[in-house]
Amino acid sequence: MTDAIIIGAGHNGLVTAAYLAKAGLKVKVLEGAPQVGGAAVTREFVPGYQVSSVAHLLHAMHPTIARDLNLARYGLDLKAERVSTRSLLPGGRSIDVGDAASIAALSRADAEAYPVVMSRLARMADALASYALHTPPRPDIAKMDWEGKLNLGKFAWAMRRLGRKDMLELTRILTMNVNDLAGDYFESEAVRGLLCFEGVLGLALGPRSPSTVFNLLYRLSSLGANGQGGLLLPKGGMGAVTHALAKAAQIAGATIRTSAAVDHILIENDAAAGVVLSTGEEVRAPRVVSNADPQRTALQFIGPRNLDTMFVSRIRHMRMNGCTAKIHLALDGLPEALTDRRGRIVVAPRPDDIERAYDCAKYGRVSDRPALELVIPTLSDPSLAPAGKHVASIVAQYCPYRIRETSVNEARRQIGERSLAVLEEVAPGIKQRVTAMEVLTPHDLEAQFGMSGGQWHHGEITLDQVLFLRPAGQAQDYRMPVPGVYLCGAGAHPGGNISGAPGYNAAREILKDVRARRVA
Amino acid sequence: MTAYVEHLTPFLRKTPFHPRIEALMHGSHWMRWTGHYSPAAFESVQSEYFTIRNGASVYDVSPLIKYRIRGRQAADYVNHLITRDLSKIKPMHAFYTAWCQDDGMLVEEGTIFRFGENDFLLNSAKDQLHWLEQVAYGFEVEIQEASNELCGLSLQGPQSRDVLRAFGINGIDHLPRFGILELELQGRWLRIDRAGFTGDLGYEIWVKPDDALWLWDRLFEVGRDHKIAPIGAQALETARIEAGFILIDVDYSGALHALRPSNRMSPYELGIGWTVNLNKEGYFVGKRALKREKEQGLSRYVLTGIEIEGRKPAPGSFLYADRKGRRELGLTTSACWSPTLKKNIAFARVPSAYAKPGTEMWIEIWYHKEHKIERSMVRCRAANRMFYDPPRKSA
Ligand SMILES: Cc1cc2nc3c(=O)[nH]c(=O)nc-3n(C[C@H](O)[C@H](O)[C@H](O)COP(=O)(O)OP(=O)(O)OC[C@H]3O[C@@H](n4cnc5c(N)ncnc54)[C@H](O)[C@@H]3O)c2cc1C
Repeated sequence: MTDAIIIGAGHNGLVTAAYLAKAGLKVKVLEGAPQVGGAAVTREFVPGYQVSSVAHLLHAMHPTIARDLNLARYGLDLKAERVSTRSLLPGGRSIDVGDAASIAALSRADAEAYPVVMSRLARMADALASYALHTPPRPDIAKMDWEGKLNLGKFAWAMRRLGRKDMLELTRILTMNVNDLAGDYFESEAVRGLLCFEGVLGLALGPRSPSTVFNLLYRLSSLGANGQGGLLLPKGGMGAVTHALAKAAQIAGATIRTSAAVDHILIENDAAAGVVLSTGEEVRAPRVVSNADPQRTALQFIGPRNLDTMFVSRIRHMRMNGCTAKIHLALDGLPEALTDRRGRIVVAPRPDDIERAYDCAKYGRVSDRPALELVIPTLSDPSLAPAGKHVASIVAQYCPYRIRETSVNEARRQIGERSLAVLEEVAPGIKQRVTAMEVLTPHDLEAQFGMSGGQWHHGEITLDQVLFLRPAGQAQDYRMPVPGVYLCGAGAHPGGNISGAPGYNAAREILKDVRARRVA
Repeated sequence: MTAYVEHLTPFLRKTPFHPRIEALMHGSHWMRWTGHYSPAAFESVQSEYFTIRNGASVYDVSPLIKYRIRGRQAADYVNHLITRDLSKIKPMHAFYTAWCQDDGMLVEEGTIFRFGENDFLLNSAKDQLHWLEQVAYGFEVEIQEASNELCGLSLQGPQSRDVLRAFGINGIDHLPRFGILELELQGRWLRIDRAGFTGDLGYEIWVKPDDALWLWDRLFEVGRDHKIAPIGAQALETARIEAGFILIDVDYSGALHALRPSNRMSPYELGIGWTVNLNKEGYFVGKRALKREKEQGLSRYVLTGIEIEGRKPAPGSFLYADRKGRRELGLTTSACWSPTLKKNIAFARVPSAYAKPGTEMWIEIWYHKEHKIERSMVRCRAANRMFYDPPRKSA
């Protein structure tokens, strides 16, 4: 008999599967797509050209998980070189965050401030991230178990250790918008623009929207000790991460079935009893763990008829307006500006550029001039394209899921064309090099990867949707209201990115229930 | 009118029966009910009360808020909304039920009319469209407020059936308690259900607003020999306490309108746990919480009936375990002297251990006496809240 079914072989589902299998449970992973990985995949988008189809930079993978699951042994090289971020500016100029001189050329003050400010922010982010591998505290502390109290105590200690000044600063900036923060710390538009870009990445918010500093801190928290300490381009693309995870899970005893889309969870006597596939096939198990996002999990798999109303409303109202498109270019060569750019490239020269790009999205339009993040993975891993050819992987913002007076096809065309136009300005000649292009709008991401709204994090990372409010109040401990149903994906604490943390935490809570024999 | 009192211009709405009610009103005894003029009393509360218990009383229930619920999955929807088992309710029947929030706290209790498999009308005291629509997510159902489409009179009392017989309602003798009858009379559409808020034999008669005055006039014409008389809310208040019916904003706060979360109450706490069917097919809002409350004994208290020594009504009075008043148990929410039972009765919120009928408690009553306020501490006993339950109610 199967002890637990995991719906979805995204990286978090695989992490949960591996931990549960290691603990001796019989685990069956059912993935709807023909391949494992979820949004952490490498796919061929034109014959001969492969790319990380959604997530393309690895930074958040929690070292504890990588170590526990022995990912190095299963082919994931986390020792690879960290790549830096360079922001391309008009007129052929650029700054590289790892190169003080490049910043000094624009502002000496910013060049000096940059490392100081960023390490201060990183310190705060690290303190917050000390909760990454813990279940969020319950709002009613009286009902917390000793472990919860201990974690809360540790967290308070981490905060204290920041010292008075930093703690005060953290409370000041926590709810702020990233544009004001950038203005507090830096004088050059270029550095401010870059900081703003980091603050809005993955959100349907602009640099002047509140809570964007929190998103920035969330991102920074995955770049330090709770992540990989920087940005990595995994060899073989992001699929390498999930292949290693799948192997770890399988070797621990889990079975993985692809092209097995789940239609809904089977509920008997108000408890999980298994799942029903879209083919009508029934697979039974007393525990069902969903790696899909909270909306798909609650509204489709469990269904509103098995849930309470306020919970359903909360989940329905989760902000899931994906705003990020993914664009892949097959290139027969690189324009001069990009020839030796192994790292991450950002095109968001000024805060106002991003704000204007967001203005479009606010009213349901694709940005006239999108902000871009770009990597050319073939520079570090030529095997991804035919010899001498290249692939560019671009994250383009904003391309809203909620479009107005624009069809999805129209939006796809617009974000593709407009992103190329912006790119052409900072990397002249690139257009001529493009031999094929794939554009994935949030609608495409939803259709192909099951992410509702195409939302990066399975629900935006904003203060009202994190910690004990993620995915909804009273559901922060990975248990869904129906006994035996759990959530292990990015829609659970701490949130999205390729970190494995939600999957890790979910496994711990499931095992607690198994030991307490709470279900079956 | 001068400008500075313009805001005092009466703005309450008039029900279609208003012209007749107003004509009988002494001394402007109006009260407000969902934004309408509603009679609190006409001339004598006492004689109105005795009309309920001995004659045929008429009370305008038009101000009730009504929601029409229809659609392919209306039955599934209603069953998900309410705590009772809908599968036990046949078409053309009304039923009393509770409906709750996620955590089992009562939104409201009231009557739902089932006309067909998927055709319902829900009566409520408070606006609930937003809640009803939230619950409707995932159901093919249409919910529409229909408050102004119908108006009605509640005809209650031992002689109510005689009045309807004289009115020419065929089949009234066979209409069971909670049954619904629809018919045409003198070319007018009528709906009659056998329910009410008095715990006595009684009916509600619904018509289109245009036929309101016709209904009133005809009823009073044929009712002359059956002690028919209009009543107001004050007389009804005594009758509903005798019958053990709870009243929103008096005995509890609806969960959607409660000022503090802790003010909300569960059906178990309100002593209407019988409306909660934990074994019915399918999930309903609040089920997990209610099951937990029941299994783990989490109810904070229960609203029970009490019978109090003496004759001094005890509204808002504290109950104690001991005569000295050292151990407080709870307080009364509704209270009155019952003229029919000749008993001093009340609803009291007490720990469930004290709700067992016969359990003795002490109650502290403050009362006016000759320009002074006096206090007395008297014995009271828990009792079935349905103090008054005559066989004719369901015969
Ligand atoms: C455009 C974009 C760029 C991003 N870039 C990065 C990046 O560079 N770095 C980074 O760290 N993060 C990035 N992210 C975020 C990251 O991709 C996600 O947060 C992460 O993949 C979430 O992982 P997960 O395992 O929780 O869910 P997912 O990866 O979404 O996996 C869920 C799995 O469930 C499966 N599933 C869904 N429905 C069903 C069903 N009915 N039956 C069976 N299976 C089902 C899906 O097929 C999928 O495999 C990016 C996101 C977007 C949208």
